[in-house]
Amino acid sequence: MTFPSPSHPQEKPDLEKLSRQIRASIVEMSHRSKAPHLGSCLSSVDILVTAYFHALSIDPKRPDDPTRDRFILSKGHGAAALYSTLAHRGFFPIQQLETYCADGGSLPEHPAPHSTPGVEAATGSLGHGLSLGIGMALAGRIQNQKYRVFALLSDGECNEGTVWEAALFAAAQRLDSLVSIIDFNKWQATGRSQEVLSLDPLASKWETFGWNVHEVDGHDLKALSRLLGKVPDGSGQPIAIIAHTIKGKGVSFMEDDNNWHYRIPTAEEVAAAWEELGIT
Amino acid sequence: MRNAFAREIEDLAALDERVVLLSGDIGNRIFNSFKERFPDRFYNCGIAEANMMSVAAGLAMCNLRPVAYTITPFITVRCLEQIRLDVCYHQAPVTIVGVGAGFSYASLGATHHSCEDIAYMRLLPNMSVLCPGDPFEVRGALRSILAQDGPAYLRIGKKGEPTIHASIPDIEIGRAIVMAEGETVCILSTGNLLPIAIEAGQNLSASGISTRVCSVHTVKPLDEALLEEVFGSFRIVVTLEEHLAIGGLGGSVAEWVSGRPWPAARLLRIGAPVDFIHEAGCQSYYRQRLGLDPAGVVEKIQRLLGELT
Repeated sequence: MTFPSPSHPQEKPDLEKLSRQIRASIVEMSHRSKAPHLGSCLSSVDILVTAYFHALSIDPKRPDDPTRDRFILSKGHGAAALYSTLAHRGFFPIQQLETYCADGGSLPEHPAPHSTPGVEAATGSLGHGLSLGIGMALAGRIQNQKYRVFALLSDGECNEGTVWEAALFAAAQRLDSLVSIIDFNKWQATGRSQEVLSLDPLASKWETFGWNVHEVDGHDLKALSRLLGKVPDGSGQPIAIIAHTIKGKGVSFMEDDNNWHYRIPTAEEVAAAWEELGIT
Repeated sequence: MRNAFAREIEDLAALDERVVLLSGDIGNRIFNSFKERFPDRFYNCGIAEANMMSVAAGLAMCNLRPVAYTITPFITVRCLEQIRLDVCYHQAPVTIVGVGAGFSYASLGATHHSCEDIAYMRLLPNMSVLCPGDPFEVRGALRSILAQDGPAYLRIGKKGEPTIHASIPDIEIGRAIVMAEGETVCILSTGNLLPIAIEAGQNLSASGISTRVCSVHTVKPLDEALLEEVFGSFRIVVTLEEHLAIGGLGGSVAEWVSGRPWPAARLLRIGAPVDFIHEAGCQSYYRQRLGLDPAGVVEKIQRLLGELT
């Protein structure tokens, strides 16, 4: 089984098709590498596709352009989704995904910026990415640059106190070039995120912390495009997007089943997933 | 030392528009002038040091030169993972300034004591560790740190430390300064015990024990050329620090020595015990109690000399 061939982003990209291709590649990557977090990756795909193929001002040929928009995968355990998105966007060859987690390879299980073009930060320890993003957004303001900064967090990540330190500081600075997207799939590693720590009402929490909050279906590509395409949004506040998602989205037997936080798909399950995704 | 820091950071910010000062809700008055001159380059990050450290890393990853400042334990062990990952992994040129080295804030209790910070910081890849010995060294060290491109930890005292140097020295990172010459005992002092080291050295020399005193303002990278020389030519090499006697300068030198074939000199590590101190007291009381005053240092050195003869 080989990775699905990419669409061509220079033309108007077919986000829906890209999402299916990227999902298929992620399932395959998990199978090949025996790396977990498949459900977490699948819930993020539509957000990543919308960001990288619609919203971000980026040039894969110039990944270090100081004026580029920044996207930080703060939920670093979703690295496979980021890698696949970056590859499909042209940051590195799709074939390189075959080296995911391989000995001596450049694609470790959590993002590593040194070896992978397009990866902005080393994440994997949760609760770091938003604060890093604040620093980047603040640097843009200080240096009079117009780039925007997006950080993608998991709902479980919102357990971390640093997320709320960051939320307070960004609000105090009225950092309207900063977007915190919460991949709200309602699960964390060992249970429902609402049951582990009392997360609800998540949108109200961000609102009362001083953010302009939008709730969205995290798999509605058009709605995501509208939101991510309008940053700053005129509110003068940092933007929080609560993206309601489904863990394992796109593969029926993985959806909302937290076993897929750690489970590795068999070859047969990969084939079934690809068939569902319409990828041959 | 903190006033020297405040003055120098303001001077450097005037020279380098990349310099951004972050404070963890302390030092407002001493930074008033900085804030007036550079209002878009001063940020009070509140009592949220972990966020401050990651913000500093983010700034540094976008071509700025952030300097993060608060009380020593809160800017080191409180946010150690942020330093390890966001600063050091990314090799982000963040300058971490801890005010209140060792027992500078002795009277505030164990929450504010800082005798493990050198150890934490020197373990981290890419991190330089500088512990200046007087206010002029603070200024020289800050200049040198901002002239290089990596993460650095600057450990400073509080206020009122005596000046030892006559002017701001050229601080070469990793190259100690010889403060007094001698031949038998070499005291390698790091940080705010430099006045104690010098007084102890003078007392020893006056009693016939010729003592060299060095200000080892950089614990990492170690001045290996100096170590090579002094372990080959002195009877006793003493490390002196207001820090645990393990893990800091003494620990670093012991590790270095362990890789050498039978050095001529004996190593004597003088520092704080691995313990919390529960009782109230000021810095000078603590130093006296722990033998980190001139008399205590002299006594330890004389005792070892006695054992060697």
